[in-house]
Amino acid sequence: MPIDRTTTPDLTHRERLRYARHLILPDVGLEGQLRLKAARVLVVGAGGLGSPVGLYLAAAGVGRIGLVDFDVVDETNLHRQVLFGESDIGRPKLDAAIERLTDVNPHIEVVPHPVRLTSENALELFADYDLVVDGTDNFPTRYLVNDACVLSGKPYVYGSIFRFEGQVSVFAAKDGPCYRCLFREPPPPGLVPSCGEAGVLGVLPGVIGSLQALEAIKWILGAGDSLVGRLVLFDALALRFREVRIRRNPDCPVCGDRPTVTELIDYEAFCGLKPASGAESLPEITPAELKERLDRGDALTIVDVREPHEWEIANLEPYGARLIPMREIDARLGELDRDAEIVLHCKTGGRSAIVLRRLREAGYTRLWNLKGGILAWADEVDPSLAKY
Amino acid sequence: MTQATIEITLNGEARRVAAGRTVAGLLGDLGLHPRLVVVEHNREILDRARYDATEVREGDTLELVHFVGGG
Repeated sequence: MPIDRTTTPDLTHRERLRYARHLILPDVGLEGQLRLKAARVLVVGAGGLGSPVGLYLAAAGVGRIGLVDFDVVDETNLHRQVLFGESDIGRPKLDAAIERLTDVNPHIEVVPHPVRLTSENALELFADYDLVVDGTDNFPTRYLVNDACVLSGKPYVYGSIFRFEGQVSVFAAKDGPCYRCLFREPPPPGLVPSCGEAGVLGVLPGVIGSLQALEAIKWILGAGDSLVGRLVLFDALALRFREVRIRRNPDCPVCGDRPTVTELIDYEAFCGLKPASGAESLPEITPAELKERLDRGDALTIVDVREPHEWEIANLEPYGARLIPMREIDARLGELDRDAEIVLHCKTGGRSAIVLRRLREAGYTRLWNLKGGILAWADEVDPSLAKY
Repeated sequence: MTQATIEITLNGEARRVAAGRTVAGLLGDLGLHPRLVVVEHNREILDRARYDATEVREGDTLELVHFVGGG
């Protein structure tokens, strides 16, 4: 990111002292430090990743740091969100973050954006910054950040964490791949647990967020080899880094040769998180889809959660279904393989949805609810089945 | 009866897996939901629609990347 020395303010004596160890580095020097001072970086999300990103960018002397977050500090944040302390519980995160970052480095400007990032405000927000660092915690916002970065031509420093593993890359750089080149379709709704549901080791965002800060700083300096086209996967328990090469997908709907996404869309709907009638969205399989998969020989465990007297009337036993009535599910969890792909059904789909949520809480991840239950199966697949 | 196996590179490490598997079959053997991983097969990201038709052969390189969303 070259700078115009005639319009960039010089470093003060205090700043020269503060950045002394940078100024003697071959790849930074005065020119690099002035680039950092002139740089404007937007950090989306002031959480586990946003904390180290904000702290290191501030300490490094990035001249303007924007923070997007609308949350308040919660006690459960403190084991990983090192921007905040005990006395911040209940405060808006941005209030606490600005105090902390300004204390880390009073020579920089920290700009609060106390809003939820949306398709309506993202492009306008991004316009004032040179690059965007993603510290968000959900898939719709990640696709939104990606698309907004591609559309506005800003590099997207990606990082994500889950339990003991993390990922880092730089997307949406010129000629490089974007998030969608790798993750072409969002995951089925509800099947990837959040850190709130599955836990995260507190130090993990420290590792991944620091790498994001590093990539942002290298990009500003134009130093070294960036992670453009490389996805780094970190396994904290094995202490192992793995690297996957990714190329831009010419057919990518956003950054490809003939893009079909040319403006921001509804990302909640894109990720299947906007269910009809306000109900929570569950992974559903239609009777026709289930029949197709059974005919194909897919290993599916079909669990009927109705009562024994209903089973007597009609059942899917010929397809290997077994009966575990809803009220017995907790006691009989041991009968269900945690790694198996399980299709739950009842009469019309209501009870099986409840059991699905219960199994999900118990750690099962490969679950389907038969849409419309055994009645829909009778209507659409097997009319010989008794209806009741 | 011993099942025939082939050697592939899976996530950077040599590994023996059952011969004659498709990518979909291999994911099934590994207990992975096909919609929760991205598969890079011999350095090309594979469209999910091709998991069923793509055979895993001796010497293939596969990288599996999970969806990770937390921050």
